[in-house]
Amino acid sequence: MSDKHDVLRLQAIKKSYNVGQPTETEVLHGIDMLVAQSDFTALIGPSGSGKSTLLNLIGLLDTPTSGELFLLGKPTREMDDAARTSLRGNSIGFVFQFHHLIQAFTAMENVLMPLMLAHGKPDKESLDRGKQLLAEVGLEKFINKKPNELSGGQQQRVAIARALITRPALLLADEPTGNLDTKTAADVFALFRRFNEKFGCAFLLVTHDPRLSDSCDRTLTLVDGMIVKQ
Amino acid sequence: MWIEWNIAVKFLREGRSQTALILVGIAVGVSVIVFITALITGLQANIIERTLGTQAHIKIQSPDEINRVVPAAYGTTQLILEDKRPQQLRSINNWQQVIEILDRFNQVTAVSPIVSGPAFARRGESLESVALVGINVARYQKIIPISNDIVSGQFRVGAGDAVIGKLLAENLGLRVGDKLRLDAGLDDHSVVNIAGVFELGVRELDSRYVYLDLKQAQSLLNLAGGVTVIDITVQDIFSADVVAARIGRLTGLKSESWMETNTQLMNALSSQSLSTNMISLFVALSVAFGIASVLSVSVVQRTREIGILRAMGTTQQQMLRVFLIQGAVYGLAGSLVGSMAGYALVWAFNKLGPGLFYIPVSSTLVPIAMAIATVTGVLSAAIPARRAARLDPVVAIRYV
Repeated sequence: MSDKHDVLRLQAIKKSYNVGQPTETEVLHGIDMLVAQSDFTALIGPSGSGKSTLLNLIGLLDTPTSGELFLLGKPTREMDDAARTSLRGNSIGFVFQFHHLIQAFTAMENVLMPLMLAHGKPDKESLDRGKQLLAEVGLEKFINKKPNELSGGQQQRVAIARALITRPALLLADEPTGNLDTKTAADVFALFRRFNEKFGCAFLLVTHDPRLSDSCDRTLTLVDGMIVKQ
Repeated sequence: MWIEWNIAVKFLREGRSQTALILVGIAVGVSVIVFITALITGLQANIIERTLGTQAHIKIQSPDEINRVVPAAYGTTQLILEDKRPQQLRSINNWQQVIEILDRFNQVTAVSPIVSGPAFARRGESLESVALVGINVARYQKIIPISNDIVSGQFRVGAGDAVIGKLLAENLGLRVGDKLRLDAGLDDHSVVNIAGVFELGVRELDSRYVYLDLKQAQSLLNLAGGVTVIDITVQDIFSADVVAARIGRLTGLKSESWMETNTQLMNALSSQSLSTNMISLFVALSVAFGIASVLSVSVVQRTREIGILRAMGTTQQQMLRVFLIQGAVYGLAGSLVGSMAGYALVWAFNKLGPGLFYIPVSSTLVPIAMAIATVTGVLSAAIPARRAARLDPVVAIRYV
């Protein structure tokens, strides 16, 4: 581990909702964790343990109430929206349970979206990268199809290609196989593994599925807002 | 901007029926605005042209005579009860010099000295009160091109010739070549030969005006060498009041623009403009609310997609622009269609309408309408766009 640099470091992260109100609830009670380059980690825990909250914080979609979150060594708590958005766009890829593709765009456009948002019209290199990624997830024939013309598994593979287009340092997946049948789920997991090895990007998978978490290199267990097992 | 534009257009295209409906709404609104504006502009131009076709833009006269009051002695208070002095027919002092100055005046296109006064026209037993108008033909023609309105004979004054209105000719049973006796109430009277009959279409003028040579009118009205009125036309009729005020200050004479002498007309025109503007404003407002509500619905419908786009690196500013662009596209496309429809209505009015007057088609109306509609679109999109930009991505992504 020592020769790999940190991708993500959490220091005493706390998160409360309804701060200052009688209904204030602390969901995360001081999380410390570390994800290094090319780690392949599962985050498990029962419903209501704060997994999604933690994932939102790590994905810079939300801010912690206290503590500090370092992404690629940069402290993020005090960043403004533009800086967080830019860091998120460049260093984090998301894969959601429900594929979450933009219906108005083709598979290729969906994959290129993070690049287009950051740099505008895609150049030839970007287009080649998009095509290559879609080929790697086995969808080279579906480049110009709209999401509603693809099956659930195909859509999830487009979403994975999209998450990887920026060569992110960290890929966050929230129940990525939760909505897929066993066979397709296994395919998707295999893809994750392949990209993990190929690009060296760290994976953090939130899952309920013990088969999935067992196949990961490391498992973090979250119970009642605390990491109980690293 | 490229990606914002792209997302906006894709969103619009995806919500095809919504887009089509609001576009029709905007188009109807814009066509109403374009048509009503063109109609009222045409109508007003027509009214003004008819009014100013028979009168000068500015009339210059001697200032009114006023009572001169001996000032009160120091330390005493004076109460004055005065009657307004009767205004007698007087010549404008140094009118030749005034005309010379006016000829060189900026914005003034024509200047015509006139002697005008009351008289009786008598033929046999019948008597009509008339207005004598002594003119210099060449100069007067530039103010009112009477020769276009001659219905018989020709426009010729001088050497005992006179031109009279059609109604006057009918009332006195006169024809070209007949004689008419003019009596100005003074000792002098003269008999003139009817050289022509005009019809301006204004009752007052057609039944009362008798055009004479300047010199003959001067002698009839006992104003040898004098003129009572100087008629002026200006380049921009709506600046007539400003020009009139300047002339008044410069010459010390009473200078009245057509706007002052036609206050009723001006009132009518300005209330007409006001009501047109009100209609346009309210139509524009309802169009704006239409755009705002369609985009608001679209923001709700796309909440999850907005969340995903934010997660993938769309900044708040970019998200704001995506929806502002949609508003602008609505405004632009809707107004393009609406302007064409408005033009079609104008065309139909001109071709198939009652033919009361012609609506001129202004080349600036459509670009202005489209620009305003586009700006309106952007402004109406502001609230939904702000809401889209401020959506919390965490909440938005989970929105079902």
